[in-house]
Amino acid sequence: MLLHLERNGSSVVARLAGEIDLDVADDLRLALDNALKPDEVRHLILNLSEVSFIDSSGLGVILGRYRKLVHMGGKVSLVDPKPQVRRILELSGLFSIIGEFKSETEALTKIV
Amino acid sequence: MEETCQDRTNHMSVSFLSQPVNIGLARVTVACFASQLDLTLSDLEEIKVSVSEAVSNAIVHGYQRAPGELIKIEANIWDNSILEIIVEDSGAGFAGPLPEEESEESERVRLGFMLMRSFMDSVEVNSAPGQGTRVVMRKDTKGKTTTKNIITCAT
Repeated sequence: MLLHLERNGSSVVARLAGEIDLDVADDLRLALDNALKPDEVRHLILNLSEVSFIDSSGLGVILGRYRKLVHMGGKVSLVDPKPQVRRILELSGLFSIIGEFKSETEALTKIV
Repeated sequence: MEETCQDRTNHMSVSFLSQPVNIGLARVTVACFASQLDLTLSDLEEIKVSVSEAVSNAIVHGYQRAPGELIKIEANIWDNSILEIIVEDSGAGFAGPLPEEESEESERVRLGFMLMRSFMDSVEVNSAPGQGTRVVMRKDTKGKTTTKNIITCAT
């Protein structure tokens, strides 16, 4: 799995690529939590367009970050998941609490 | 499902150490085996997710993340249409329903079983403390590749 992190004001944009399973979940959780550490960061935008596989370990990481940020008045947004990944997110009920956007720009605009 | 009145069309088994890096190997191997059935890409994705969940549970719960234990996967095709996947560990096992405590891990396990149950026609979990865990998942691919039927099987 590849992870690229970028700060944009009060948001962190994380671009993920590859497969998200138990093998990478701990590293991903740690990297995201580090990026979300600064006080002024309150939102996380996960660009999933290059993610080819996700299972409950990946869902757990997303839900865990969601809980942390909501607690601080922040948001998690998901960008452009592939159909097979989107299906897992949908079945898990993530879209009832986490917004989905076509692009990072759209997600960034809607967040503030 | 009565196995006695079914023909085993094909079989494979593979075992590997209880390391997270092997989860990818497990799901791709089973998906490769399953692809001899006439499955859609979406079916294969579902199979990959189900295998990933069962193997993740074996690593995290069965073996408490100890990396040197064995996980065994067996896959069978019955009557040219029913895919059966068996994931087995000889780890801690458990007695009843999983604990309800709220943690990222318990949430992962709940989501994992929900996904397995959505994607497979049946999911059986046999486990006892100290006796390991055996998960048997079956998916009927509706005889897409065959004219044989399985109507004679008792259910």
